[in-house]
Amino acid sequence: MEKRVTFQGWLLPLCLITPQVVISAVFFFYPAAQAVWQSLYLPDPFGLSSRFVGMGNFEYLLSDPYYRTAIGTTAVFSGLVTLVSMVPALFLAVLADRLIKGAGTYRTLLIWPYAVAPAVAGVLWLFMFNTRIGVVAWYLGQLGYDWNHVLNGAEAMGLVVVASSWGRISYNFLFFFAALQAVPRSVIEAAAIDGARFWRRFFTIVLPLLSPTTFFLLVVNVVYAFFETFGVIHTITSGGPQQATTILVYKVYADGFVGQDLGSSSAQSVILLIIVGLLTVLQFKVIEKRVHY
Amino acid sequence: MATVDLIDVKKRFGPAEVIRGISVAIENGEFIVIVGPSGCGKSTLLRMVAGLESVSDGEVRIDGARMNEKEPMDRDIAMVFQNYALYPHMTVRQNMGYSLKISGIPKADIARKVAQAADLLQLSDYLDRKPRQLSGGQRQRVAMGRAIVRQPKLFLFDEPLSNLDAKLRVQMRLEIRELQSKLGVTSLYVTHDQVEAMTMADRMIVMNGGVAEQIGTPLDVYERPETLFAAQFIGSPAMNVIEATTGNGQAVLANGAALTAPAAQAGPVTLGLRPEHLALDPDGPLVLEVSFAEPLGPNTLLHGRLAGSADAFTASLPGVHRLSQGRGQVRLNARPGDLHFFDPQTGRRLA
Repeated sequence: MEKRVTFQGWLLPLCLITPQVVISAVFFFYPAAQAVWQSLYLPDPFGLSSRFVGMGNFEYLLSDPYYRTAIGTTAVFSGLVTLVSMVPALFLAVLADRLIKGAGTYRTLLIWPYAVAPAVAGVLWLFMFNTRIGVVAWYLGQLGYDWNHVLNGAEAMGLVVVASSWGRISYNFLFFFAALQAVPRSVIEAAAIDGARFWRRFFTIVLPLLSPTTFFLLVVNVVYAFFETFGVIHTITSGGPQQATTILVYKVYADGFVGQDLGSSSAQSVILLIIVGLLTVLQFKVIEKRVHY
Repeated sequence: MATVDLIDVKKRFGPAEVIRGISVAIENGEFIVIVGPSGCGKSTLLRMVAGLESVSDGEVRIDGARMNEKEPMDRDIAMVFQNYALYPHMTVRQNMGYSLKISGIPKADIARKVAQAADLLQLSDYLDRKPRQLSGGQRQRVAMGRAIVRQPKLFLFDEPLSNLDAKLRVQMRLEIRELQSKLGVTSLYVTHDQVEAMTMADRMIVMNGGVAEQIGTPLDVYERPETLFAAQFIGSPAMNVIEATTGNGQAVLANGAALTAPAAQAGPVTLGLRPEHLALDPDGPLVLEVSFAEPLGPNTLLHGRLAGSADAFTASLPGVHRLSQGRGQVRLNARPGDLHFFDPQTGRRLA
C-alpha cells in the first residue's frame, strides 16, 4: 500500500522542484544541447565563422586512428580502474567486518583517501613515482627496475590507474562494508553449520547477497573512470606518452581546448554521452536479472 | 543419533557469567527442551552445543567426544534458526541441498535426498521457489528440510516457532515432534513457551539466570517442581504462592486461614498452590474475593485476592461458573497432596 501526499495548489510544488529543474537545465541540458549543435558545425581556425557539415565531424572521428586508439585505451583504463578500486575495497571490507576491536579507527582511516581531490591524488602519486625524485621510483631503481612512466606507455597507464583507483577504494569500501553488515548473521551461521568454510561461505552466500551493492558500484565506478579521472590524467601524464593514456574524456579536452577543434570536440562529447547512456542501460538490463533474489 | 553430555558448562562474556555451570546427560534419541524466560542463557547454551559460541569452562561432548574446540561443521549437527536463516538467493531445492553439495555428494544422490525430505515435509511443489515466495510455515518447513537432509547426529532448534501465528505454532509443534520420533534424532529445542516445553519434551531443562533450575520430564517438573521458579514458570495459569507457617498437620496463612497439610511439614514455608488444584468447598478455608472471571469454556479462571491478603490469587475451576458480573466470594479448598512447600529463603523444595 502506497501512501501519497498530495499538494492542494500548484505554487508550492512548483517552488520545490524549480531549483532542481534550473540546475539540470543550466548545467546539463543547455551545455548538452550546445554540444549537439556544435558537433554539426566546423569552425574556422580563428573561431570567427563556422560552417554546417552535418555528420562530417562524426565521420571524420570514426575514421581517425587516434580516436579509435582512444576508445581502446578508455576500455582498458575504465576496466582496470573498476577492478582495482572494487576488489581491494571488498577485501578490506571483509577484513573490517571480521574485526571486533578497533573497527571504528580502521574504518575512519580507510575513509580518508576519499577526501583527497583526484588532482591532488594525482600529484601525490606523481611525486612518489617521479623518475628523478620519486621515492618509489628510486626504490624500484635499487631493485634493478628502471621506472619511467614518461617514456613507457604501460607504466604510465599503470600509474594513472592506481592514482585514479586509490581514492575510490575508500568510497567502495564504505558501501561494501555497510552491505556486509546487513548480511544476517544467522544466514552465515547456518552456512557454517552446513559445512561451508570461510571462503566457500564468502563466494556462495555473502557475495550473491552483496550483488545489488556490487552492481551499483560497478555502474558508478565505470562512470567515474569515464569522466572524473580527467584531473588525475591531466596532472600525471597529460594523456601521454604518445597518447598511451589519452582516454575519451581527455581527448575531448585536448582536441577542443588545446587543438582548438571545437567541432570535433563537441562530436566527441556527444559520442561520450551516448556511450555512457548505452552502458548504463546495458548494465541495468543484463545484470539486473542476476542481482535480484 | 548421538548422546550429548554437558559437563559443568559455563559461559562468560567479559566479567558477566551468563551460564553458570550446567550439567546434563542426554540419551540417544531424546527430545530435550530448554525452557526459560528471555535472557536466561538458553540460546547461548544451544549455540555452545552448536559451536557458534565458545565454551568458557566445562565440556560439551557428543557421542562421548569432546567438542569444545571443534568447528560447527565438524560436529555433525543441524540447526533450525528462529528467523529460519534460509539462503535468500537460492531456491528451496538449493537451500536443502547446500550442505550435501559442500560435502561433495554426487548430484543424483543430492536430488534423491532432497526429494525425499521434501516429500516428508510436503514441500515437493515448492522446490523451485525462492524463500521470499513462501509463507512463514513453508519457510519453517524448508528450514526443517535443510536440517534433515543431512541426517545429522543432532538437531538443534532455536525458538523455531516463535515467528509463526498461534494456530500454525500448534500444528508445527506436532509436526516437529512427529518428524523427530520418526527419524529418532537426538534433539535440543530452545523455547520460552512453557506449553511447547510441556507438550514436546521427553525431558526439559528449566533455566533461569544461567542456572538449570530443574531437569526432568514435563510431568516431573509439573508435579514435583524442585524450585519456586520452576513451579511458577511451568503451568498455566502460574502457581499461586503464599507465605505460611506449618505444623501439627496444618498450613496457616498470614490471614489466619488453615489448610490441612502433611504432618511431617513444620516451620515457616512458601506455599505453592496450582490454580487447577483448587476446588469449590462450602466449608473451605480459603476465601477468594473474585475481582474478575475469565470463562474459557472447559474451565473458568477466577482472579482476585484472598480475604485479608494483598497478593493476587487465581483459581481455575472446571466448567462454567456464572458469578454475578464476575464478582463475588467463593470458598475453596485444596487436597494436602497438592500443596507444594518451598524454603522461604532459598526457594528450594522442602521434602
